[in-house]
Amino acid sequence: MCLAIPARIVELEQDVAVVDAMGNRYKTKTTLLPEAKLGDLVLVHAGFAISLVDEEEAKQTWQLIAEIDEFDDTQNKVSG
Amino acid sequence: MLDRINKAQNDINTACQTLGRQINIMEVCGTHTVSIFRNGIRSILPKNLKLLSGPGCPVCVTNQGYIDVVLQLADRDDCIIATYGDMIRVPGKEGSLETKQAKTNVKVVLSSEDALQLAKDNPGKTVVFVAVGFETTTPATAVVVKEATAGAIDNFCILSGHKLVIPAMRALLSEKNDNINAFLCPGHVSAIIGYGAFAEIVEEFDRPCVVAGFEPVQIIEGLCEICRQLSTGKAELKSMYSAVVTEKGNIAAQKIIDECFEPVDGYWRGLGKIPKSTLKLKDKYSQFDASKRFGISEEPSEEIKGCRCGEVLCGLIEPPDCGLFGRNCTPQEPVGPCMVSSEGACAAWFKYGRDK
Repeated sequence: MCLAIPARIVELEQDVAVVDAMGNRYKTKTTLLPEAKLGDLVLVHAGFAISLVDEEEAKQTWQLIAEIDEFDDTQNKVSG
Repeated sequence: MLDRINKAQNDINTACQTLGRQINIMEVCGTHTVSIFRNGIRSILPKNLKLLSGPGCPVCVTNQGYIDVVLQLADRDDCIIATYGDMIRVPGKEGSLETKQAKTNVKVVLSSEDALQLAKDNPGKTVVFVAVGFETTTPATAVVVKEATAGAIDNFCILSGHKLVIPAMRALLSEKNDNINAFLCPGHVSAIIGYGAFAEIVEEFDRPCVVAGFEPVQIIEGLCEICRQLSTGKAELKSMYSAVVTEKGNIAAQKIIDECFEPVDGYWRGLGKIPKSTLKLKDKYSQFDASKRFGISEEPSEEIKGCRCGEVLCGLIEPPDCGLFGRNCTPQEPVGPCMVSSEGACAAWFKYGRDK
């Protein structure tokens, strides 16, 4: 439940941001991370940015998520 | 990457060989539990090193009495229940929110903001937000309570089941057992509370506390650091997740939690009543407290017959030791909460680890 996804802030107006995670864009609040700026990479949990995250960590997490998706797809195919 | 994994694995093997005795490390985070199982990490560990899945999944530790209160509110025609999807299948005494969903007043939300929006969109109904989760999730609830106050959204309230991780770790060490040698501490809870918060566990109980991220290499290196500490006989506090976690954590998030909530004694499934472990809205926000608004309170309820989730959560048994596991209790037809939640120890064991 405490899963958080790295995403880049691509729009920011007060504490309302649009973030991009692996090409998916959605609304996120930055209320809990007042220092967040346009272009920053943040960890998003339940619609809120909770922490800054560095580029390398974000890339690794995105890669992991992509692998899991592929793995789950394969499983679905195997089980019909 | 493979080099790092191989090195950590070798170091773990060497440390465990030197230690010679049984070592039990508990992870206190559902996301760690899933990553450990999904990546087959248990299978590469030496025989005398065991991983225990502790009370790290908010759904699993939510008292049945809380679920019963939610179900009671779902029966009211004047209420809309807004809940994270994780809670939808957790059984109470009479069914689950999923069975109530037919009534169309149970809505799954991805964020507390969505719950508040539901209240704005439905002025004729009272929206009750099922506010569960550890410190990672609590600040999001606090934000909307403040927004509801500022916007005078009177038809919004929350039923707080928010819990604190450290009191649970203390309870595990104080009472139930002494078979936990160290903790792999949660990554995203630590992003909020800071890794420094675990210092009390290290100092008072002499147990290594190591914060790790969720990728396999981060978990294995975290376990390696714990084994190193155990073999040197000195418990330390360490974060291996410096890309995200700082010593002091997210101060803005801590402030907003403190502003809205206060810790009270609370019931945990399997662990019973734990002092100062559950968060209740402070009096100045009591108009948004669903338990006050509806005059209902959570009772300690009887656990489900035959279900041993409580012992699983304390690391006393492994899921297959429960008589219901895989027979009467499966992810398709779960009996206990550790099978309901995909982050529960039983569900993870069933999906990934049955043959290990």
